[in-house]
Amino acid sequence: MNVRAHVSMTFHLDKCIGCHTCSVACKNLWTDRKGTEYMWWNNVETRPGTGYPTGWEDQERFKGGWEKKNGQLELRLHSRARGLTNLFYNPALPELDDYYEPFTFDYQHLFSAPEGDDQPVARPVSMITGEPLNLEAGPNWDDDLGGSNLYAQNDPNWAGVAPEIQAQMAEIERVAFNYMPRICNHCLNPACVAACPSGAIYKRAEDGVVLVNENKCKGWRMCVAACPYKKVYYNWATGKSEKCILCFPRLETGQAPACFHSCVGRIRYLGAILYDADRIATAANAETQELVQAQLDAILDPFDPQVIAAARANGLGEDWIKAAQASPVYKFVKVWKLALPLHPEYRTMAMLFYIPPLSPIVSSIEEGLVRLELPPEKVDFELFNHLEKARLPLEYLANLFAAGNVEVIKPILRKLLAVRIYKRRQSVEGSIDPATLKIVEAAGTTPEEIEAIYQLTTKPTLQERFVVPPYHREMATEVWNDPLAHKGETGVGFIELPVRGD
Amino acid sequence: MNWNILLFQVFPYVALALLIIVSFQRMRGKPFSVSSLSSQLLERKLLYFGSVPFHWGVLFILLGHLLALLLPQGLLLWNAVPMRLFVLEITGLALALWTLGGLLVLLYRRLSNRRILAVTRPTDVIVLLLLLVSILTGILTAVMYRYGSFWFPSVFTPYLWSIFTLRPRPELVADLPFWIQLHVFNFWLLLAVFPFTRLIHIITVPLGYLWRPWQLVIWVRKHRRLQPIPPAAPPYPTSAKPQAALQDKGGAYGSD
Ligand code: HEM
Ligand code: SF4
Ligand code: SF4
Repeated sequence: MNVRAHVSMTFHLDKCIGCHTCSVACKNLWTDRKGTEYMWWNNVETRPGTGYPTGWEDQERFKGGWEKKNGQLELRLHSRARGLTNLFYNPALPELDDYYEPFTFDYQHLFSAPEGDDQPVARPVSMITGEPLNLEAGPNWDDDLGGSNLYAQNDPNWAGVAPEIQAQMAEIERVAFNYMPRICNHCLNPACVAACPSGAIYKRAEDGVVLVNENKCKGWRMCVAACPYKKVYYNWATGKSEKCILCFPRLETGQAPACFHSCVGRIRYLGAILYDADRIATAANAETQELVQAQLDAILDPFDPQVIAAARANGLGEDWIKAAQASPVYKFVKVWKLALPLHPEYRTMAMLFYIPPLSPIVSSIEEGLVRLELPPEKVDFELFNHLEKARLPLEYLANLFAAGNVEVIKPILRKLLAVRIYKRRQSVEGSIDPATLKIVEAAGTTPEEIEAIYQLTTKPTLQERFVVPPYHREMATEVWNDPLAHKGETGVGFIELPVRGD
Repeated sequence: MNWNILLFQVFPYVALALLIIVSFQRMRGKPFSVSSLSSQLLERKLLYFGSVPFHWGVLFILLGHLLALLLPQGLLLWNAVPMRLFVLEITGLALALWTLGGLLVLLYRRLSNRRILAVTRPTDVIVLLLLLVSILTGILTAVMYRYGSFWFPSVFTPYLWSIFTLRPRPELVADLPFWIQLHVFNFWLLLAVFPFTRLIHIITVPLGYLWRPWQLVIWVRKHRRLQPIPPAAPPYPTSAKPQAALQDKGGAYGSD
């Protein structure tokens, strides 16, 4: 057992209101520089949809992630030798138009336009060339199913969903969607790290954050193609790749990352988990249907004395073990088994876990009237017993979070529904009837667990949502240096400006 | 001092000195500035038709020159049979034309595409023009003064070795035709601009990728932490407890 800690994440999709506050917080903090305008380290996409960059899940085209070849795990992008011969031109690299051309508006024109018959307008201009631009794409272009016949219909996650259901989803009365915020998953088996010819990307063993060493990066742009989630971006101005850094400067000072901190829906949870690094290789190479379970098995119980002993032996401090025990992520992922990694079939072992969304039952439409055959209080029960009637098809969710395995999604949705039914009975009717208790049992949960899930889902405090382990920045100097010597040495040396070289 | 000595003896040493010292200094002191400066994100189609033929062509041509430098005898032996000489010459010429095609596409792309222009520095164009001079003079030499592969081993190999071994004999190239001299001088010029331009990406070829492990996991502080901390610098003035913990693996540095 090789125990390491990982600062890991959970997003509760039922709570996301699609406000994009997270994206803007990140943009203001990290990607408002030249060359990064088009990057959204945090983006929120509407599902069904093709996301950002458009169609990123199409791995036939973008060649992201790992695949199993003759029992061996290999990058879909390239073999080592092919990686070198593709340096001059990387066939799988998305181009700017797969994201969008960043633009601003020519506001100055409103003031400087010569007098005329028409009101002057602020035309959009490209932030790269400075020239007027005909806007055909932009951030969140397909928000809330905008242009769904172009975008939502081309969602690769429809694979295996019956055409009738797909057609149904396109009818305005039955439309359903949810939001899916995405950041770098800080994977356990990151394809970006493996694909970098310079070895510039690395995972910090202390907390699992995946970072690009900007000094080592030589702009070979293999990581951009290899990341199946398209969460490494190429800065066209500096010629270096950049990605989400999980706000490590904030983490190291005890704060949650900016997107977490600003989240309006409070959907985000952050906490340490302990995992067994020796199991990564086998877990990433498991059979497709067993991938999720294999990954969950690599996450260890922080209360297990053996795990604690192994953690200590590996140099983990008591406060990190305590933080792992208090971690909301551990509860959602391992104790309550409610959260899943996005697209486990990419085999990068994403360490951001999503709680899949519930959706209303499909209603029938007769003569323009929405008609449910059931009284409203029975609807939840109906859904519980017939999950296949949910508006977001189970197969669709399974394609997102379970490599197509519906059986992995079902118990989660049932448990989430049981929580909802139980708490509704309790607060509306003041008592729990036997039918509800039966549902609770059928969902494999207990009133106590329901209470705990409810507590952490609905009313958690900031400290409960974000359990940032202490990084001991105050001792950073002592770790590297004799503090007195350090004091005398600071200020010597120079820092290079991050500007494009010739 | 005559032109011959200035251009083919003094300048080569200036170029080599710049190449070595400035490259070293830039790689060490300003690593952020070193990059292939890829512009594929902004434009990919023309890049494909430019970069791929250009790079493969240049690499094989450089390899050819290198072989001639290292194995002049072998080259002469090979060329002893006329048929083999023709094969070599034609291959060389074809490679040069192929490279020229790629280079022209790159040049056109650089000067015509609006997005590419937005990231074009003067040095980017200078490099492309210098390379154009190299290829054009190379092709001219091949066509006008045959057979280059025949006299390269007897003229250039000794000349280049004389420079590299610090016993310069610039007179070896003094009587060569203008185009050939330009080809040689342009080579030294390319070496001189090398560290100041994007050409520096050539020495960053990531060959280590062939054998490095797939995953890179870095303990930011571990190697340091495992060493005992000298007691003279207690991190906590207050109590002895964290100090004691420091001696074992980790302890108070819980995070690591
Ligand atoms: C041996 C390994 C080499 C590698 C791996 C390499 C790689 C690259 C890469 C990745 C680019 C950027 C292409 C893009 O825009 O995406 C590039 C551009 C360029 N390379 Fe190389 N290169 C190599 C050798 C050379 C050599 C030997 C030369 C010339 C003597 C050269 C001259 C250039 C030039 C002039 C450009 C700029 C093209 C433009 O105008 O966009 N390279 N190279
Ligand atoms: S999600 Fe993040 S860690 Fe995973 S492959 Fe992509 S960039 Fe790397
Ligand atoms: S801030 Fe929170 S609620 Fe708003 S879009 Fe982002 S994740 Fe969703």
